[in-house]
Amino acid sequence: MSKHAPTLPPMGALGFVRYTWRQLTSMKTALILLFLLAIASVPGSIFPQRGNNPLRVNEWITDSPTSGSIFDALGFFDVYSSPWFAAVYLLLFISLIGCVLPRTKVHWRAMFAPPPPAPRNLLRLPESMSFEVSASADEVLARGQKYLSGRRWRLLVAGNFVAAEKGFLRETGNLLFHFSLILILIAIALGGLFGWKGNVIVRTGQGFSNTLTQYDAWGGGRFTGASRLSPFSFTLDKFNVEFDRSEAQLGSPKLFEADVTYRRLPGTDAENTRIEVNTPLEIDGSKVFLVGHGYAPHFVVRDAGGEITFDDSVVFLPQDGNFTSTGVVKIPDSDPQLGFQGIFVPTAASNNLRGPISIFPGPDDPAVFMSAWRGDMGLDSGAPQSVYRLDTAAMDQIGIVALRQGQTWTLPDGSGSIAFTGFERWASFQIAYDPGKEIALLGAVLAITGLLLSLFIRRRRVWITATANSEGVTVVHLAGLARIESADLPGELQLIRSVVSDLSDTASATSTDERREKK
Amino acid sequence: MSATQLAAASNAAVYASMVTLTFAMVSFAISFASGRRRVAVLEPAPIEINSVGSTAVLTKSAVLTKSAVGTPTDDQTGRRSANIGMSLTWLGFVLLLAGVVLRGVWAGRVPWGNMYEFSITSALGILGVFLLVSLRRDVRWLGLFIVIPALLTLGLAVTVLYTEAAQLVPALKSYWLIIHVSAAIICSGAFTLAAATAGLALVQSRAERRGKAGLARVPSAEKLRTLTYRVLAFAFPLWTFAVVAGAIWAENAWGRYWGWDPKETWAFITWVIYAAYLHARSTVGWRGDRASWVAIAGWAAFMINYFGVNIFINSLHSYSGV
Repeated sequence: MSKHAPTLPPMGALGFVRYTWRQLTSMKTALILLFLLAIASVPGSIFPQRGNNPLRVNEWITDSPTSGSIFDALGFFDVYSSPWFAAVYLLLFISLIGCVLPRTKVHWRAMFAPPPPAPRNLLRLPESMSFEVSASADEVLARGQKYLSGRRWRLLVAGNFVAAEKGFLRETGNLLFHFSLILILIAIALGGLFGWKGNVIVRTGQGFSNTLTQYDAWGGGRFTGASRLSPFSFTLDKFNVEFDRSEAQLGSPKLFEADVTYRRLPGTDAENTRIEVNTPLEIDGSKVFLVGHGYAPHFVVRDAGGEITFDDSVVFLPQDGNFTSTGVVKIPDSDPQLGFQGIFVPTAASNNLRGPISIFPGPDDPAVFMSAWRGDMGLDSGAPQSVYRLDTAAMDQIGIVALRQGQTWTLPDGSGSIAFTGFERWASFQIAYDPGKEIALLGAVLAITGLLLSLFIRRRRVWITATANSEGVTVVHLAGLARIESADLPGELQLIRSVVSDLSDTASATSTDERREKK
Repeated sequence: MSATQLAAASNAAVYASMVTLTFAMVSFAISFASGRRRVAVLEPAPIEINSVGSTAVLTKSAVLTKSAVGTPTDDQTGRRSANIGMSLTWLGFVLLLAGVVLRGVWAGRVPWGNMYEFSITSALGILGVFLLVSLRRDVRWLGLFIVIPALLTLGLAVTVLYTEAAQLVPALKSYWLIIHVSAAIICSGAFTLAAATAGLALVQSRAERRGKAGLARVPSAEKLRTLTYRVLAFAFPLWTFAVVAGAIWAENAWGRYWGWDPKETWAFITWVIYAAYLHARSTVGWRGDRASWVAIAGWAAFMINYFGVNIFINSLHSYSGV
């Protein structure tokens, strides 16, 4: 934070380094870097981000491949982990450290240094006053000293003056704030390196145990691995949902909560709890959050001979606010292979023209619209397939039908049947572990504390001089100086004045204000 | 009272508040205009006062000197209508408070469930911060620039954003709603006030540079900048707190304390700009007009976060109900 321009002439290699360092740590550079940081953050709120919404990123790139690939290469879909964003904040933090460390040194010295002695003419200071008292000079100074030290001012007492200074916590707070920001950055780094998070969908009645293979999606830092996952497990016993039926907010969620049975370790006692949106389950530092829910219609598929080839509920993914959901049923073992694409609607629109669209998220009138396909699903290629997608490239459609709950559809080619027997609910959970979050919180609390200190405490100095004049009356000069405007300083001086002078003193006095008016 | 009666009473109170504030706006405008006429007649007001302003300690008399001169009749009209404006603003505030409280009673929860409710409470916050400041110092000159944004917010609320009261969506059912949103709403009031004083400081400083008197009844640029700083020195820690409270809530609801959701991103941008403002205040060459511009930029970012992100961008924070 050097305010003076560096002296230029002898600039060797070391001089250049020093010059660069000074430039980097100057307040102006910090300002520019702050603006850059603000601007660099903007694209992340306009472009979809991989971390939040990978599907929309892919859509974006598919829709406009040319500009999409350019933006992708520039990191616009991963703004907050892009090199240019990192460059800005790392430079900012280097600048911050380069500014804060020397200031800490200066502040440390200042804290143990006595306040500067009284200037020769106190009355030249903007806030000052002069008055006469009957008490002796020594007594005045002693009173002033006692009062100020009682209020924890730093003092320098000499023969004919008392110098006092207060408000060092301002700079302490300022430094604390900046160090706390470094602490928060460290916490974020810790979370990134050692933390992990994963997502999993669990149907009612089904269980989950905390191993990598059970997750639908999982991401972890450089220093996390499967071995670091704590071995808890839980079962989703019941999932409660309610939707608003009032006209104003028809279909908006009123409540959703998951009743689970969990074990902290394999073999330990089972415990029951309820996970809600704002009340996660915490096990061994990991937290289980309820993030979504949906329907899993139950199907029974039979072959031509009436043998059951499939009997299970299938997770369908919601596509809109009314839970129009899509999913697939695969029967890979039949020959040729059989597959169904389905749309589930919890409340079918009475108007059939609208097609398979749900008009309410609650299951008032559940129906499925099934499309049956026969042929090669493409499983043999070995490429991993999504369980929510049916590859129909090498398949033929054999029919399409709408089914209400309990209805069975006999396939038109006579190869069997499918029955829609009911539905279950599923809940999606995000399970996360972030070892840095407590440190980040500590950093945030310290930062706010430092901020409050640095913005509301005022550093100020006060001087009192007392000398006997030729008539033996004590003349007191009192002055104060604040680094920034301080509305309290005049009041503070008045208090000191009333302390050092007895109330009985009615001797003449001129204060700053009176002198100002005379001008 | 039945639900429909509560609803009607809440809406009536909001509309009554808008009518009252409109009259307040007219009064402040008259006061403002009468002051302008005065300046046109008078010789340039004393500039030498400002040189005092740039030193560390300001003189108390800097503002008062200005309004002490002027044609008596105009000055009286101006002062009287400013006083009427203040009274009407108080009345409008009380009516709006009633509207917000009744809305909460109607919904059976804190009235911060959708954007209509956020907006009427923000308008309440803008008026509230202004009236709070007015208790400690004479800010009648600022009234016009506070009532206008409050009225615009209310106008948007009742026309575009209006929704019937309903239950909170599960994601909002948390005591963090009260902590996080109330801090943000107070900040919206303080940021708006600071943007108004920063804008006026730019106008005054332009006039002062040209040796003109500037807006009458409005303090000098340096005074305005100090007021802007004071308000933002109060708002910045509060905004930091609002963001941190939001992060704690996000950790509890979504499993991460920071995820660069658009709302979080713009809250961060707002924070960074105001941090830059505080740095600008102590940087040579930036203290004056540049710092004022930065304060206005911070407010713009806050507004983008409120209107832009809620309505146009797909965000986890889309609770607008629009």
